[in-house]
Amino acid sequence: MFTRKLSLLCTLAMAATGPGIAQENSSESEPPRTVAELPERIGEYDERAPMQPPASSAQSVGDINPDNLEFGVGQPATDEQIARIDIDAMPDGRGLPPGQGTYAEGEEVYSQTCAACHGADLEGNKDIGAPKLIGGRGTLTDAKPVKTVESYWPYASTLFDYVHRAMPMNAPGSLSADEVYAVSAYVLGRADIISDDPDTTLDADTLAKVKMPNADGFVSDPRPDVGATK
Amino acid sequence: MPRNKRFSASRYGPTERHMAESLVEIERQMLAGAPDKEDCECKEGMFNGLTRRNMLAGGIALGGAAFTAGQATADAPPGAFEHRVQPDPTKEQGRTILDDGGYGSRSQFENEVRWRYPTASLDSSWSMTPLASGHGVITPSGLHFERHHAGIPAIDPKTHELILHGMVDEPMRFTMDDIKRLPAVSRICFIECSGNGLTEWDEPTLKTVQGTHGLTSTSEWTGVRLSTLLEMVGLSDGAAWILAEGADAAVLTRSVPIDKAMDDAIVAYAQNGEALRAEQGYPLRLLLPGYEGNTHIKWLRRLEVSDKPFMTREETSKYTDLMPDGMARQFSLEMEAKSVITFPSGAMKLPRPGFYEITGLAWSGRGKVTKVEVSTDGGATWREAALDGPVLPKCHTRFRIPWTWTGEEAVLQSRTVDETGYVQPTLPELVDVRGLNSVYHLNAIQSWHIAQDGEVTNVHA
Repeated sequence: MFTRKLSLLCTLAMAATGPGIAQENSSESEPPRTVAELPERIGEYDERAPMQPPASSAQSVGDINPDNLEFGVGQPATDEQIARIDIDAMPDGRGLPPGQGTYAEGEEVYSQTCAACHGADLEGNKDIGAPKLIGGRGTLTDAKPVKTVESYWPYASTLFDYVHRAMPMNAPGSLSADEVYAVSAYVLGRADIISDDPDTTLDADTLAKVKMPNADGFVSDPRPDVGATK
Repeated sequence: MPRNKRFSASRYGPTERHMAESLVEIERQMLAGAPDKEDCECKEGMFNGLTRRNMLAGGIALGGAAFTAGQATADAPPGAFEHRVQPDPTKEQGRTILDDGGYGSRSQFENEVRWRYPTASLDSSWSMTPLASGHGVITPSGLHFERHHAGIPAIDPKTHELILHGMVDEPMRFTMDDIKRLPAVSRICFIECSGNGLTEWDEPTLKTVQGTHGLTSTSEWTGVRLSTLLEMVGLSDGAAWILAEGADAAVLTRSVPIDKAMDDAIVAYAQNGEALRAEQGYPLRLLLPGYEGNTHIKWLRRLEVSDKPFMTREETSKYTDLMPDGMARQFSLEMEAKSVITFPSGAMKLPRPGFYEITGLAWSGRGKVTKVEVSTDGGATWREAALDGPVLPKCHTRFRIPWTWTGEEAVLQSRTVDETGYVQPTLPELVDVRGLNSVYHLNAIQSWHIAQDGEVTNVHA
């Protein structure tokens, strides 16, 4: 019964404040839950309690008109809530965060957080699945093409975006925007795509202007390209 | 004591822990004198000799030897518990109802499991469905293939939410409860990784159909149409692409054309009648019927509408198809028609000449399968196979054809046609156009060689 009351309270709290805040509140009093309880036994035959109807988080139900896709369900997302997880960066620079970093700073970041897997010379390590980052230009028509950031990736924004969201493997998403600009400058500098002068600096503006060697190496899907049709 | 501490993760797997917890719960209810309508004999032997003390004493395989009340023997296969095998099950009562805690398990004599392709990293890896032993078209949820780029997150649905924003009239966020309140839809469709078969371009490499084709699976998926959510937030003029983003450590992202999103995309929370499995994106995943598996973003947390594709790592450096001229195809999203014979298939051995029903699966990301033909002579002659109905669009379709093996060498092949008229190509036809470095989208006819001794091997024929 206690459990049920608690979940009811949580549901009410969520309905009122949204799940993020509900979670913060509950973490003060008790640790976050790690498993679900078995359904409670109810009634004289010890039936198991059914799922409870899900509660809408909408602050106000408003006019309900299913034909017009008005359900009184969900709530507006604020700019702040969006900003918290809106981390993508696009080729034209949209989404790149403020900040900057130099090649020299990037060399430091790289040696501390990247080199252990990707190698001191960015050569990668097949044994642990860490890809080679530079080299391979001109090999895409070879029997064994070498696909790297340098030879294959069409946009510098992708390098920033991916490192920012998912690297390093042992602490994903832990690098600051400045550190990611810096390490991007280092990788692109080592790839001879931008200058490897220690002071070479990348920021939102300059990163979006980087022209990658294989930028024009992609075509849209032409399939079906093979086989007879009946 | 918190329940999860009772059976430590280091000693017990989650299945065993769950089962033990359930048993303790049942026992607790009994000891507490839960009202019984009838005092029935069936309570006797409820635990088959397994007491709470046995379990807490540890050191025994909970799903295994415990039930035999004897010495430890081999562990039961995953998803099964080892029960005492009765010498004559007609002469004694079977085990009692709910002794699995209320969530069933498979027979201890069934052992199919997913198999992991030996990638260097356990975090970024894939596992494959054992198609050879499959029946019908539905893949058991526990055998659905997996592809993870940064492991499998454990997400509490009470804290998970989906945010829709970007080029929309009103950005919105939805809790899992919200999403389950909205009008739902269920459909049965396949998901295939576009890397399915990537080892097979140059030469026959893997031995079994699980290895060559196991990155495709079919489930019934339930959720909300993505178009419902998009119409709720209202698309701005010029909206053309949507970024879908997962809440795993890869924060995996793919761009999806808006037309697809408005057509048949589903934001799914259920698979085969129950909540998604954790490894399939619990609590929420994107489902894009017919599209390559990588786009079906799991652990979905964000959808951003834009005028252009986002050019994420997955859709530029990976999941692009390098052609012989050095150009790469991008956004090759639809999975083209494909079929494979699952029985007989690689690494089997036919015991003797005689009757066999050849069976397999056919599917197309562009719609329904309309025909499957089977050859037993390496493509020289073809016979049309029967299709099990109902044939669903963008869904595995089971085909069958009788065959009498005379004991002579044979090469078995299947070839499918979909409702667009597309005919599944041969491997040489594919390689002629695409070369050997495109990695993805190998949908060629598969050949299985039957030797005179009955051995079945993967060949290029």
